[in-house]
Amino acid sequence: MAGVGEVPVLPDGIVVVVKQDCPTCRSVEAVLGQLDAADGLDLTVYTQDDPAFPAGVSKVVHDDDLAVSYHHHIETVPTLLSIAGGVEQARTVGWSRDDWERITGVTGLGPGLPDLRPGCGSLSVDPTVADELRVRFEGGRLHARRVQLAELEDEMEAMFDRGWSDGLPLVPPTEARVLHMLEGTTRAPNEVVAVVPPDLVECTVEKVAINAVMAGCKPEYLPVVLTALEAACTDTFNMHGLLATTMPVGPVMIVNGPIRHRIGMNDGVNVLGQGNRANSTIGRALQLVIRNVGGGKPGGVDRATQGNPGKLSFCFPENEERSPWEPLHVERGFAPESSTVTLFPGEGPRGIVDQLSRDPESLARSFATCLKTVQHPKLPIVFDAILVVSPEHGRVFAEAGWTKAKLRERLHELTLLDGAEIVRGAGGIAEGVPEWARDTKLPKFRPDGILIVHAGGGAGLFSTIIGGWANGETGSQPVTKEIV
Amino acid sequence: MSKILLDPTSERSPAQRERLPRPDRLDGLTVGLLDISKPRGNVFLDRLEQRLRDRGVNVLRFAKPTFTKPAPIDLRHEIATKCDVVIEALAD
Repeated sequence: MAGVGEVPVLPDGIVVVVKQDCPTCRSVEAVLGQLDAADGLDLTVYTQDDPAFPAGVSKVVHDDDLAVSYHHHIETVPTLLSIAGGVEQARTVGWSRDDWERITGVTGLGPGLPDLRPGCGSLSVDPTVADELRVRFEGGRLHARRVQLAELEDEMEAMFDRGWSDGLPLVPPTEARVLHMLEGTTRAPNEVVAVVPPDLVECTVEKVAINAVMAGCKPEYLPVVLTALEAACTDTFNMHGLLATTMPVGPVMIVNGPIRHRIGMNDGVNVLGQGNRANSTIGRALQLVIRNVGGGKPGGVDRATQGNPGKLSFCFPENEERSPWEPLHVERGFAPESSTVTLFPGEGPRGIVDQLSRDPESLARSFATCLKTVQHPKLPIVFDAILVVSPEHGRVFAEAGWTKAKLRERLHELTLLDGAEIVRGAGGIAEGVPEWARDTKLPKFRPDGILIVHAGGGAGLFSTIIGGWANGETGSQPVTKEIV
Repeated sequence: MSKILLDPTSERSPAQRERLPRPDRLDGLTVGLLDISKPRGNVFLDRLEQRLRDRGVNVLRFAKPTFTKPAPIDLRHEIATKCDVVIEALAD
């Protein structure tokens, strides 16, 4: 028996893994006898359940802890392998006379059997034991501190008590769940993903996986979470500042490319709302990493005066297929077939209602009027915005042949602010720009300050604005990274 | 078997939670007396129990299985659940 984590070496010759409980295995019992008797053929049979099965074979090894089956990825019994120098040369699963004769070099096998007979599931992949085996054989890959809970301690309450939660219940991060989560990436558990603010802690793939489990992610979401964390922890995105600010902002994630559909994200009805597991948990996982690994908690370094509910989780995919325009990641220099995540420092979403505009100029004016109010109608340049155009609004531009570039150019023109209207005191409002700006025109947005994406359900003449936080070198810039 | 979770934090603080501040008075509180199971620790704790009871304090007694190891997690949980204050006797 091999030690924990040690891959048992298979003996040279022919190896067959069986279980007595499998009818196909029982039907090839005589075939195994034939092989055992064949000249010059060294046969070893590993039996998963009954140590007395199969009869008539001289070398039977009981794989009672399933170490051989687990480490050699046996998913079906019988599995027949050819081994030379301890290295697998060939394998076939189930009973196939052609394959068995080809691999063993012995002819006339199983004369009474059909040519083919599918096998059964290996005990090592039985759902009732698979998690336990993973912990037994791979638990040593995990380095995080083990937190022991008392038998009578409620694990959900224990996680709240330890301060791990964002206020909602968490999925308990057991070794089995974390190992399962790590199957979502080829990256090693101990690889450092990013240095996470505010405590500037080196965060490993394993720590991200633990927090992704707690957030409710599936393993296939993990690459998105890892990439989002890398993007968040850049100097350009400035997660520290975004966390520490008193403004009601947090990281907003936009996912582009084929991964959106592979992991089942929702880009349609209620795209910015609740109800889709991927949309809801990916953003939450990023925030939990910042809370638990980075140490960024409300009232600590998170100094938000009011915050916004998007700080629990704010992640959505673009609806590229129905979009009249090129998707966000292509605009930002990535190949259409690549998958990316774009991080934007944003506040909560606000709606734009325009049910009457049927020409693009009128609709652009509606958008511009609403966009001018981002953070404050009298404050120019400092804040970017995402404009989420719905399918029904998008169609107005598509039918008129307006490109995204044309819409953006028109929005910049229409959001130019008249200095006299936005100086301090104008309109009876103290907030505004200094008096020197009175005779000027100031742009509401910097040239690349309006991000346009397309998402939402098929019905409804509504779009959405997500206002930004302080932009530029001293604030936060949107960051797009490819998910690999 | 007790449950094991993986720590999601940076592990810069102890896994066990901090002790609460000491109360100013014992009136109305439950005091746990934890015997670490060293010889004659019980003599000391018997005396403490008597004096606390004389003052009208509710007292519960606990004992570690062995003084050579930390108190089991289930015992710690029981004490934390039932008591406001714990006195651990060190005797030798």
